[in-house]
Amino acid sequence: MVKEIERAGIPVVHVCTVTPISQTVGANRIVPAVAIPHPLGNPALPLEEEKAVRRKIMNTALTALATEIDGQTVFEVE
Amino acid sequence: MSKIRIVHYINQFFAQIGGEEMAHVPPEYRDGAVGPGLALGSAFGDKADIVGTVICGDSYFNENMEDAKKKLIGFIRKAKPDLFIAGPAFNAGRYGVACGAICEAVREELKIPVLTGMYEENPGADMFRQKVYIIATRNSAVGMRDAVKKMSALALKLANQEPIGASSEEGYIPQGIRVNLFEEDRGSKRAVDMLMKKLKGKPFTTEYPMPIFDRVDPQPAVKDITKAKIALVTSGGIVPLGNPDHIESSSATKYGRYDLDGVNYLSKDAYATAHGGYDPSYANADADRVLAVDVMREFEKDGKIGSLYRYFFSTVGNGTAVKNAKAFAEEFSKELIEENVQAVILTST
Repeated sequence: MVKEIERAGIPVVHVCTVTPISQTVGANRIVPAVAIPHPLGNPALPLEEEKAVRRKIMNTALTALATEIDGQTVFEVE
Repeated sequence: MSKIRIVHYINQFFAQIGGEEMAHVPPEYRDGAVGPGLALGSAFGDKADIVGTVICGDSYFNENMEDAKKKLIGFIRKAKPDLFIAGPAFNAGRYGVACGAICEAVREELKIPVLTGMYEENPGADMFRQKVYIIATRNSAVGMRDAVKKMSALALKLANQEPIGASSEEGYIPQGIRVNLFEEDRGSKRAVDMLMKKLKGKPFTTEYPMPIFDRVDPQPAVKDITKAKIALVTSGGIVPLGNPDHIESSSATKYGRYDLDGVNYLSKDAYATAHGGYDPSYANADADRVLAVDVMREFEKDGKIGSLYRYFFSTVGNGTAVKNAKAFAEEFSKELIEENVQAVILTST
């Protein structure tokens, strides 16, 4: 789906845990996530801290969308 | 000649430890054959023995790849195998990646032949086809019998260091390596035969398949993200509670489009996942963990983005055919273009 969205002309960022799969499939902007069953959260944390984790990942996704790239790029979450 | 010693890798499901709720289990070792190893073992007869089985949860392996490989190799080394087999993984994505990765690691570290099996659309196939022999299987365990037959035959050849034939003869996924052979008919005759079949609309097999490079150039960056209309898409199966469109829990044939008007976060009383390929408890408790509507609303309010597009799109990426996924995105991308959506954040589980 990532490739088809990009092919249609819309920049897209793929947020996923197993980034090698995303690279093999051909996503261009990639942001690593937390875990397979909860990519954007961590149930072990209290709600507010979990939300902070989510905010960080989504912030990185925005950065990825706003960054010019030449080829496949993984944007590490700081 | 003494029997060939084989160690076999399987996931938590085939070890009958459990399904998705047990996908987090760390590596372990058991003596002898377990699950599909029993079928492989009987296919070997008295030629080879599965002396041990290593097991790891699919999520554990994929989330802790280096650690998992290290632990598994420790177990495997102790069992002193002559050959290592993983799977078959069929169309289970994380399992396929694990099979390919552990095979590659075992060959590097222990210098023994390795073999796995999976469906050609398994992401592990593209990642490892050039590195290890992967027997092409069907997309589900219905194909176990056929997979076992082909895997055991190639395994014996590998262990006995016999020459390995072309992918079409042995049944493995092509590695991009040419194997020389003598054809009975000369080239001109074969070319004309092929042309005649093609003209008659009959099936024919090319001798030189063209490589498929399906890559898309990256779109330019969003100029001003604070003004952009952004859509959320997921393959994690987030749907309104009750799954109104009946999106299948695996091998999805459809996607859903759901209204987020007035929705500030995904409450557990209103949203859940339809995905059957990961433990759903975390997503069902708070679907924002997969589709971050809560944070996007915050970004919207704080002016970090222009707006969140009113609808989100969701399907289940669990053994779903590439062709279907492609068609879904082709269709909804038209709407996104018409509605001037400038960027998409797509989350996968």
